[in-house]
Amino acid sequence: MNWLRKNLIAIIGILVLIYLFIPIAVIAVMSFNKPEGKFNISWNQFSTDAWQNLCGVPGVCDSFLVSIQIGLISTVVATIFGTMIAFALVRYRFRGRSSTNLLIFLPMATPEVVMGSSLLALFLNLRFPLGEVTVIIAHIMFIISFVVVTVKARLQGLDPRLEEAARDLYASPRATFRYVTLPLVLPGIIGAALLGFALSFDDFIISFFNAGTLVTFPIFIWGAAQRGIPVQVNALATLVFLVALVVVLTSQFVSYRRRKSLEILPEEDRSPATVDVMSRS
Amino acid sequence: MAAVLPSGGVSATPVAQRRSRTGYFLLLPGMAWLGIFFAIPFITLFVTSLQAPSPDAAGQFVPAFQVSNYAEAFLNYWPQFVRSLVYAGLATIFALLIGYPLAYFIAFRGGKWRGLLLVLVVAPTFASFLLRTYAWQTILSDNSPITQFLNFLHLLPDERILNTGIAVVAGLTYNFLPFMILPLYAALEKIDPRLIEAGSDLYASPVTTFRKVTWPLSLPGVVAGTLLTFIPAMGDYINAQLLGSTGDRMIGNAIQVNFIQFRDYPIASALSFILMAAILVLVFSYIRRAGTEDLV
Repeated sequence: MNWLRKNLIAIIGILVLIYLFIPIAVIAVMSFNKPEGKFNISWNQFSTDAWQNLCGVPGVCDSFLVSIQIGLISTVVATIFGTMIAFALVRYRFRGRSSTNLLIFLPMATPEVVMGSSLLALFLNLRFPLGEVTVIIAHIMFIISFVVVTVKARLQGLDPRLEEAARDLYASPRATFRYVTLPLVLPGIIGAALLGFALSFDDFIISFFNAGTLVTFPIFIWGAAQRGIPVQVNALATLVFLVALVVVLTSQFVSYRRRKSLEILPEEDRSPATVDVMSRS
Repeated sequence: MAAVLPSGGVSATPVAQRRSRTGYFLLLPGMAWLGIFFAIPFITLFVTSLQAPSPDAAGQFVPAFQVSNYAEAFLNYWPQFVRSLVYAGLATIFALLIGYPLAYFIAFRGGKWRGLLLVLVVAPTFASFLLRTYAWQTILSDNSPITQFLNFLHLLPDERILNTGIAVVAGLTYNFLPFMILPLYAALEKIDPRLIEAGSDLYASPVTTFRKVTWPLSLPGVVAGTLLTFIPAMGDYINAQLLGSTGDRMIGNAIQVNFIQFRDYPIASALSFILMAAILVLVFSYIRRAGTEDLV
């Protein structure tokens, strides 16, 4: 009884974690199903057909590649723009800071259906043809804010003494930026880019409004639903899930190792970054 | 949000904020993009919402000042508005009830596994949002164990879950749960465990300690988490479409159908505008009441 009271929070926590993974398990299990009819909703028979023939259904892989292409282009542009804004917010003083903050915050507080429809209203009024370009424009727009928030948090967390040390050692502003600031902020930028790609790759609502006849992977799933979603879609989604999980776990592990190696050094003023600057100058 | 630095050291420290043209140059491309493709569309949305049908060509609209579009939109779709409020509100409450224990567990008992546990919280979002919602169709279908169990207890008014409002709320709760947990965790993690210890040292019961110490200190996370859950849930139409019946449609469904199927752009724009206005009013009054102005 006492044991239960002590560990109640842990038990509930683990149950919630399991709950979060139930649908993932269903998606993965159903990728090995051989559905009885068109609809892959209930379990019928084990089969690896979908995994052996990932592109076996017309349009699946085309839409998958379209989504990857859109994700890459939007992520690169949004990461550059968002990182620039984050630097400006933390390092520079300028007029109109509060309205700038508001314009960055609002896209994260706006329902996708409103953003998608208002952008569609703009394109319709301009008679701008819908397609890959409009989807990329939309994705860049909604990713920027997330990049700003992520990079800004990293930038604010930097130890000012590191850059101070570089200057004291006569590093030029450019060298300080290149060899101190950028390497330290880079994990934040990479994290922001990964998040941006994930958001873009999985976006359905905003894309659907602005895609015209273009078919992204989520739009393909949506369209296939009426006829029954091909098992290949489950296999591809499982694959994406596993790849993303491995990427994130690896980056977690790397940063854990880096923190570990920091702990070996004496606490005061001897983080590897400082040592690095010293050896360069 | 901006003033991180003590004002004394502005010119001396390397992170001091400089005032130069570079700042504006750094802001320009991104802010221009947001201005053109986020802010201006709201203006075109508003203009479109006042358009009238063209007298010459069917399906075309001409600029006008037809305020009655708003009345029409609201009168035709007020049930969907009310339903969105109720469903999103319920989903937010459930997500808070489910998410708080997990966030608490990670923050105070996670130890060196915190990073890994947080990855596990976010990981489900790596699998397609649409497919996860479809997976709930399987999990909640009429002959699934959970439906049969709840029917055995006579807990289901319609003797089923799928194609009812229950399934929609369940789907919304599930899909936006990570957005509840992360800010909760961020707030809980900042709490000094010694404050909680002090509570029990002073003979407060665990319940009192939670009520008087932990909960108030975690309020910023609660505010951020409820907003991050409520806003997307309020505008969502995927869950209602895939898990509910035609009687469970939300305002997002109405906007989508009017924009893409009926092509009644003025009504659809008016609906979008009302939704956004409603959310902004709710958000700002909520932030004021909860007293965390620095969220923006």
